Amino acid sequence: MKKVFGRPRFLKKTPFHYCAGCGHSIIHRIITEVIEEMEIQERVIGIPPAGCSVFAYYYFDVDMAESAHGRGAAVATGYKRAYPEAVVFTYQGDGDLAAIGTAEVIHTANRGENITGFFVNNAVYGMTGGQMAPTTLCDQTTTTSPFGRDPRMEGYPLKISEMIAPLNGVAYIERTAVTTPAGIRKTKKAVRKAFETQIRGLGFSLVEMLSPCPVNWKMSPLESWQWVEQVMTKEYPLGVIKDATGAGNAG
Amino acid sequence: MDGNSAAGEGAIRAGCQCYFGYPITPQNELTEYMAANMSRRKGCAFIQAESEVAAINMVYGASLAGTRAMTSSSSPGMSLKQEGISYLAGSELPAVIVNISRGGPGLGSIAAAQSDYFQATRGGGHGDYRTIVLAPASVQEIVDHTHMAFDLADKWLMPVIVLADGMLGQMKEPVQFHHEAPEVLPIRANALRGAKGRPSRFIRTCTSNVSEVEDLNWSLFRRYQLIQKEETAFDAFEVEDAEMIVVAFGIAARMAKGAVKNARKDGLRVGLLRPVTLWPFPYDVIGELGDRVKQFLVFEMSMGQMLEDVQLALKNKAEVSFYGRPGGVIPTSSEVHRVISRLYFQKGLGRL
Ligand SMILES: Cc1ncc(C[n+]2csc(CCOP(=O)(O)OP(=O)(O)O)c2C)c(N)n1
Ligand code: SF4
Repeated sequence: MKKVFGRPRFLKKTPFHYCAGCGHSIIHRIITEVIEEMEIQERVIGIPPAGCSVFAYYYFDVDMAESAHGRGAAVATGYKRAYPEAVVFTYQGDGDLAAIGTAEVIHTANRGENITGFFVNNAVYGMTGGQMAPTTLCDQTTTTSPFGRDPRMEGYPLKISEMIAPLNGVAYIERTAVTTPAGIRKTKKAVRKAFETQIRGLGFSLVEMLSPCPVNWKMSPLESWQWVEQVMTKEYPLGVIKDATGAGNAG
Repeated sequence: MDGNSAAGEGAIRAGCQCYFGYPITPQNELTEYMAANMSRRKGCAFIQAESEVAAINMVYGASLAGTRAMTSSSSPGMSLKQEGISYLAGSELPAVIVNISRGGPGLGSIAAAQSDYFQATRGGGHGDYRTIVLAPASVQEIVDHTHMAFDLADKWLMPVIVLADGMLGQMKEPVQFHHEAPEVLPIRANALRGAKGRPSRFIRTCTSNVSEVEDLNWSLFRRYQLIQKEETAFDAFEVEDAEMIVVAFGIAARMAKGAVKNARKDGLRVGLLRPVTLWPFPYDVIGELGDRVKQFLVFEMSMGQMLEDVQLALKNKAEVSFYGRPGGVIPTSSEVHRVISRLYFQKGLGRL
């Protein structure tokens, strides 16, 4: 009988530590499926962040190395320049990439480094207990915006993908959500396209994935998935933000 | 050749494949030398990073891939590099960091100082770790120490710091290079270069299991003990019959040497002990000298940092005086000569 669904080859058998309904586990699965399909496992190196996905190396069955909080893009840059044949990706949360690592990601993008960023936007700091992130929506309550994010005091949700898209070094950016089957399929295509962009040497590629954090949003998994679809996507519209690869839309 | 460029050429000849830097005086000539000589070199990489934080993390990335990687900076930039140095130490990755130090605290002055001694010899960043610290005293030694730093970093799998200062970085002296740049750049065995023909691997410091972190700390500690035994280096000058010993490192040791020579001409029994490795520090040799010599003078271009190590080494066996010029003021050899003479006669020590 033909096998139509199974565990991706490069996802280890270790059970995930992620909360029920968390987007990280889905995203891990998507990336490892693409690595398997593209047969790049022998030259992939992943750089996980400080964040809930800090232990990504327990799950990805490819070479990986820890990065200090927010420095993934710089680490990936150094690695790729040292070993250009590698396929290098960073895996970063929104605190990691859009707060402490802002400078690194902007300059990595601007230099057009041939690396791929997977940017998991869950609108909070998951690992440290649900504090406000630069991506937190206006009025959203978090442990450090207990009365809701007030843009007059805390600023507005930071849209890093739109910010860096105009940079000439950026070849491809797409924003997806991993909360519906269609969204998961689109994410997978985007992940593949991002890797292809890197392998073709076209410059910096990034996939921003809207991802639920039910625990810190104080929602059930189902509610959190609906919140992504109904609320988050209004602030963070889905779709291709930049495509300078000359190969058309990934979706 | 100026000291900064010499460090660059020394690194290239040691097989340095990746250099990442950020401009800061008085080490700019080093970054510029690497820009001119690395960016077009086959297989080599040069990036002017967006910050020292980014530069050291690029070094970490390049070291993961098994290449010889280096960054350089001066004091304020060294503060920013500490995060990355801690991760390199915890991940047991080699790297070379050159500090052409200047006066602090804060932005301080751009003139030579030795006030980063504590930062360099005590780890500098967070966590229980050390870095090997080499202290050149001439442009020739900058070349030699930079080469040695790469070898030591690979041998012990840890970051190594070459701690020079603005004066050594800027001054020009004739140098000899004893190595040709290698044709094939060295790649460390067991580097993380993709799971090809072997199971996947990961490099990290983070674990939720505290006993793993404890084990890492013990294993680093045991390595550091071995390094103390095997790598401690110093230079002794006229200490055999000395009644007073000056302890100084780097450029200060060079000034002190001139002063000691002149004091000898005056008939004073003075010697010089220069630690070449600041960590590991030559505690034993200084301690042994303290069994015989009762007066020491520590001279530093700071308010007295190595002073504490000398005191530790001597365990109250001898009297330790201190003379320092902090903040970027450059003392002269004759100034040190005066300090030596004054102390010598004040203590009633005998003439030759
Ligand atoms: C220098 C430094 N500062 C702070 C932290 C603490 N810290 C760990 S993860 C994190 C943020 C995590 O949020 P995010 O990047 O959004 O990832 P998530 O956990 O939501 O996936 C912080 C602040 C750290 N590890 N290092
Ligand atoms: S805290 Fe949020 S991001 Fe972290 S594992 Fe739980 S659901 Fe996922």
